[in-house]
Order: sequence, then structure tokens, then C-alpha cells
Amino acid sequence: MQERQALGGKLLTVPFKVCAAIVLIGLFFIGKRFIFGIGSVSNMNDGYPWGIWIAYDVVVGTALACAGYSIALIVYVFNKGEYSPLVRPALMTSMFGYTLAGISVIFDIGRYWQAYNIFLPWLSNLHSVMFEVALCIGTYILVLWMEFAPVMLDKFKADQLKARLNRIIFVFIALGILLPTMHQSSLGTMMLMAGHKLSPLWWSGFLPLLFLITAVVIGYAAVIFESLVAAIAFKRPMEMHLLSKISALMPWLLGLYLVIRLEDVNLRGYLPLAFDGGLLGNLFLLENLLLLAALLILAYPANRQSPRLLFIASCAMLLGGSMYRFNTYIVGFDPGTGWQYFPSVSELFITFGIIAAEVMAYLWFVKTLPVLPRLKKA
Amino acid sequence: MKIRRRDFLKGVAASGLLLAAEQTPAQAKRARKDLPPNAVGILYDSTLCIGCKVCEHGCKETNNMPMEHANPKERMWDNPQDLSAKTLNIVKRYGVAGEKDSVEGFAFIKRHCMHCIDPACVSACPVSALVKNPENGVVTYNKKACIGCRYCQVACPYNIPKFQWDSPFPEITKCQLCSHLLAKGGISACCAVCPTGASLFGPVEKLRLEAKRRLAMEPGEYYDFPVANIESTEVQQHRVGGYVKHVYGERELGGSQVLYLAGVPFANLGLPDLPEDSYVALADGIQYAIYKGMVYPLVVLGGLIYIIRNREEKKE
Ligand code: SF4
Ligand code: SF4
Ligand code: SF4
Repeated sequence: MQERQALGGKLLTVPFKVCAAIVLIGLFFIGKRFIFGIGSVSNMNDGYPWGIWIAYDVVVGTALACAGYSIALIVYVFNKGEYSPLVRPALMTSMFGYTLAGISVIFDIGRYWQAYNIFLPWLSNLHSVMFEVALCIGTYILVLWMEFAPVMLDKFKADQLKARLNRIIFVFIALGILLPTMHQSSLGTMMLMAGHKLSPLWWSGFLPLLFLITAVVIGYAAVIFESLVAAIAFKRPMEMHLLSKISALMPWLLGLYLVIRLEDVNLRGYLPLAFDGGLLGNLFLLENLLLLAALLILAYPANRQSPRLLFIASCAMLLGGSMYRFNTYIVGFDPGTGWQYFPSVSELFITFGIIAAEVMAYLWFVKTLPVLPRLKKA
Repeated sequence: MKIRRRDFLKGVAASGLLLAAEQTPAQAKRARKDLPPNAVGILYDSTLCIGCKVCEHGCKETNNMPMEHANPKERMWDNPQDLSAKTLNIVKRYGVAGEKDSVEGFAFIKRHCMHCIDPACVSACPVSALVKNPENGVVTYNKKACIGCRYCQVACPYNIPKFQWDSPFPEITKCQLCSHLLAKGGISACCAVCPTGASLFGPVEKLRLEAKRRLAMEPGEYYDFPVANIESTEVQQHRVGGYVKHVYGERELGGSQVLYLAGVPFANLGLPDLPEDSYVALADGIQYAIYKGMVYPLVVLGGLIYIIRNREEKKE
């Protein structure tokens, strides 16, 4: 097993305090939402019943949190043990991402005090994609915490408990691969039902598959991004040998995605929409150009050795993939009759609060828990 | 052992392909749904509607819906702009002047839940808060089950369910075909109060025949039209204008229990052109192809557990 270390160091740094302030503002608006209703803080309306809390916090957020899933796939299914130094930090970002998505759902749903109805068998609707997604994400959050538990047990030297957990951990690892496969594709299936309300540039029978691929692409991109940023921020060496190897996979995945994405729109005869100069067409092009750019950068082995190019490619993938998901849920969605939606300031601050909470949790954990690989003393 | 693992991976790849293959919309659709045995509904005939809005009033009265104010200062009038959490039924006007029921002139349209035969809202709801009565096909809402996720709003092709945005304890609201009145043997309020028979209540089978009868009428001639309930004997004579030769709601997205007749194209009245297969059938078909009673997921889980345990053991 790989050695890990807690980074230590001062916790109350300036970035940490800035994040704390944003979280406080977010909490204020969340309080307002609970007292006066969702309409008092959000611009969501009967035409756009879902806003950024779903489209960003859940649909994009959980994809960013697919770092753990993507790494688990490669380490456990394709048996590439050499990537295991990446497992813990990836798992941790996943744990935070999913947990906070779960929390956003609680203030997004109107009748949160009845949320447990999802678990009542006589109410569950097995036909509902939402039911599957809710149950799957709920279970996955639990699974992530179990998968991460050994790290905390390390810290508290609870060796017995850790040994016992390790005996069954493979069940959680397996679930940790199955569940995201299910709900990440189902997040795509969900918008099938929007039918004619979703622009044909996004509505497609391939939504489930495209959502699954973007989850994996965004997941790997997040691993690369996170580990490059952490290396710079904490003045640690970059894990370039691992990162460039992982990124060798990406051109294939991106290629598969782009072929399906473009061919699907083309076969249905809607490709001209992409070039009509309208907002939707331009966003469609931008989304795919970003992914294409990442593909072109990563297709050359030499480029994969350059931290700068890797960083640029990962940003392009994060942006392109997230845009695809965001557009499917908000921008490409038009219920007709002139409804419009743009998030309000208070609504945005609640989402910023969530992001800030994630950053704070990350800083706190890497500084106090053995997450990052131990450096060899020079 | 080795062979078995390879077989398993092959299986995974195969189901991946299957997943991809069955996602072509044409193949994955499940069959259309049938009309429930005692389905009731409404036939709204735009050419008979005089835009009096008595049905709006009747609907609010029987369903205890609050007033809605378009003007923030003068809060005297109920003045809904569209369907909302306060308004389950609305009559709108297309055009302002000229000849009635002509594209250049004006026409009325009444909007409320369509009581779809394959309702997207029912399929969408994770907690069965929206259900379709298996007998009369009415789609009702149960606030005790609802978690407020608003997927029904995203899913409904007609934007019918509305949400109480300004309440800390919000509910979904929608027309439930006055099921509280139906339970007492009555008919929906909007049809009961309609003075011309433009809103006509009745068994869907009979309403469909009535719609066909009207489409076959000679324009300019006078005919008898039933009022309020197609099964009552009360009739009124009206002169027939020109109908658009289409019964909206007979086939759209698998059909609905509310049917429309009109003198101007339905798209002009805010009723979109829709395919005959519902998006529900498609989504259901794809979910079914992938999950088939959770068999694939369980097989995959078994395989994953097997592989991972083997590897973890080897490590020790
Ligand atoms: S019109 Fe909308 S709310 Fe009414 S049954 Fe159909 S899907 Fe449900
Ligand atoms: S908002 Fe309520 S009724 Fe609508 S889908 Fe969600 S739980 Fe069901
Ligand atoms: S059936 Fe009842 S609830 Fe529905 S629109 Fe008519 S009066 Fe309103």
C-alpha cells in the first residue's frame, strides 16, 4: 500500500476565510428560502421549474464529482494499480461533490420534509427516472463515505475497525462503480421526457449514453485539473507520469463522444440548426469545439507530457462537458409561450456557497487527513 | 477462473453495445397505452365558445382557488394571465377583432390538464403523487406523497402542473377533472356551467364519436349540440362554422381524454404539433432495455464484486 500524509499547515488562510464568507451569504439566502418559499430567492418559474440548483449543483456538480468513479474504473476494472495514488484525492472530491449535490437537492425540492417518501416502497414509482436517480445518488453518497472511511480511521488509529471494514470494502468499491454508471446515464434519460420542449440539438435517444460518456470525460478531466492545481498550490511535484498516461485514454473517449453526438444530430436532420447563427447553434458548436480541441491536444503523445497543455486540455473538457449538460437542462430547454429564466443573485449565491463549502472541506481534509501521497524526503 | 473473468468482461462489453444499440429511438419504444375502461373527459369546441369565462369562475369556486391579480395596486379583480398555482382553467383569445374562428379574426381556447392516456407527469413522479385512475383515467395529485421535485412540470408536454413558488410549504396544482364532483356522481364544474355546450363532459368514447359527427357537418347548416353532459338530453341549436379537420387530443402523444375542435389551426391556439408516440413510451422503453427488472445491474454488480475481491486478495 502507498504511504499517505496529511499536509498539515495553517488552516485559516485567506482563501479559506473568503470561502467562509461566501458560505455565510449562501446560508442567509437558504434561510430566506425556508421561511418565504423558493420564489423569494430564485427566478425559477412554472416554465423553468429547474434552475441552476439542479442544472449546476446536481447535473454538472456530480459529473465533476465523477473523479472517484473514473479512477475506480481504471484501477479496479482495468486493473491498473499504478494509478492508486490518485484514488484517495479523487474519492474525496467525489464525496464532497455528491454530498453537497445531495444537500442542494434538499433545499431545491419544495416539500423537503417529505423527502423520505422516496424510500417508502408503497409510494415508489419504478417507472420514474427521477426515482432511480434519487435512490441511486442517495446510496452512492453513503457508499462514498464508506469507501473514504479507512482514511479517517487511519487518522484516529482505529485499526481494528479499519481491518473489519477492509474485509467488506470490495462491496462498496463495486457499488461505487455500478451506481454512477446507472445514475449518470439516467440523468440523460431524465430529459428524454422533456420531448419537444428540448431543442433537437440536445434532445436525442442517445442522451443516456452521451451523459455517461461526459461523466467519465469530466471525471478524468477533474482528476487532472485537481492534481495539477494541488501540485501548484501546495508546492508539491506534479504526478505527470500518471496524468499523461490517463490522458492517453481521452482522445478515444472524446472521439467516440463526438462521433455519436454529431452523427446523431446529423441523421435526425438538425445539423443546419447548428449553423444558423442563433444562440443555441453557437453554444452547440462551442460545446463540441471545446471537446474537439481537447481531443486534438491530447492526441499527440508529446503534448501529454506538458503540464501546461494538459491543464488547457482538462479545462476544455471540463467546460465542454459541463456545457453539454447545462445546455441540456437549461439553455436548450424552452417550454414555449415566452417563459424565460436567468438565475437571480440570491440563487447564484446559494450555489456559490455550495462551491465554497466544497473548497473549504477539501482544504481542511488534505491538511488534516492522510489523503495525498507521502513525498520521499530528499 | 481466467476464462470466466474474460467471459464476464465480454458480457460487460456486450451489454454496453446493447445499451448503445437499443438507444435508437425507433427500437426502444414500448407499446401505446389503451384508454381506461370508463374513461371520462371533456370535448372543448372552440367554435361554440363565446369567451364568457364562466367556466373559469366555476372552476375557481368548486376548487376553492384564490383570486389572481394582474395589477399590483387594484386587487379587486381576479385577472389571471395564464394557468398558475392559483388558476387551473383559463380561456384565452387568439386575435382581437374580425371574424370569429378565422385565422385573420379571432378564436377562443380553454386550457387545463389534458388527462393524457399515457401521462408524462405520472410516469415522471418518483413518489406516485400523481396517479392515473385505472377506471376513469382522471389524473389526480396527492400532496401527502409529493416531495416537490417538479419533474412533473418538466415532463408535462402541455406545461400543466404548476408550483406554489411563494409558499414555504408549496404544493403542485393542476386540474383534476373535478374528481371530488365525479365521486358524487356529478360532472366537472367548467362543463356544468358552460352556457353553450362548448365545454362538454362525458365518456371519452362518446366524445370522440361526437367530435367525428361535428367534423362531418355541413358548414352553414344548423344542428343540435348537447350541452354540459353528452349523456343529458339538453340540446341547443347552433349554426356550424368551418372546422379544422382534426380532433386534437385523439392521437397526440398517445392521445388524451380532453379533446379539442377548432376553426383555426391548433398551433395558433398554443397547442403544438406533436408526434403520436409519447415521450414516455420512449423513455420507458430505454429504461426497460437497460434495466429489465434490475437483471443487468445485478449481474454487473456480481461481476464487479468478484473481480475486485480477487484483486484485493491477491494484494495481501
Ligand atoms: S396534460 Fe400534463 S399534467 Fe395533464 S395528464 Fe397530461 S402530462 Fe399530466
Ligand atoms: S413535484 Fe410532486 S407531483 Fe411533481 S413529480 Fe415531483 S413529487 Fe411528483
Ligand atoms: S374539470 Fe374541474 S378542475 Fe378541471 S378545469 Fe374544469 S372545473 Fe377546473
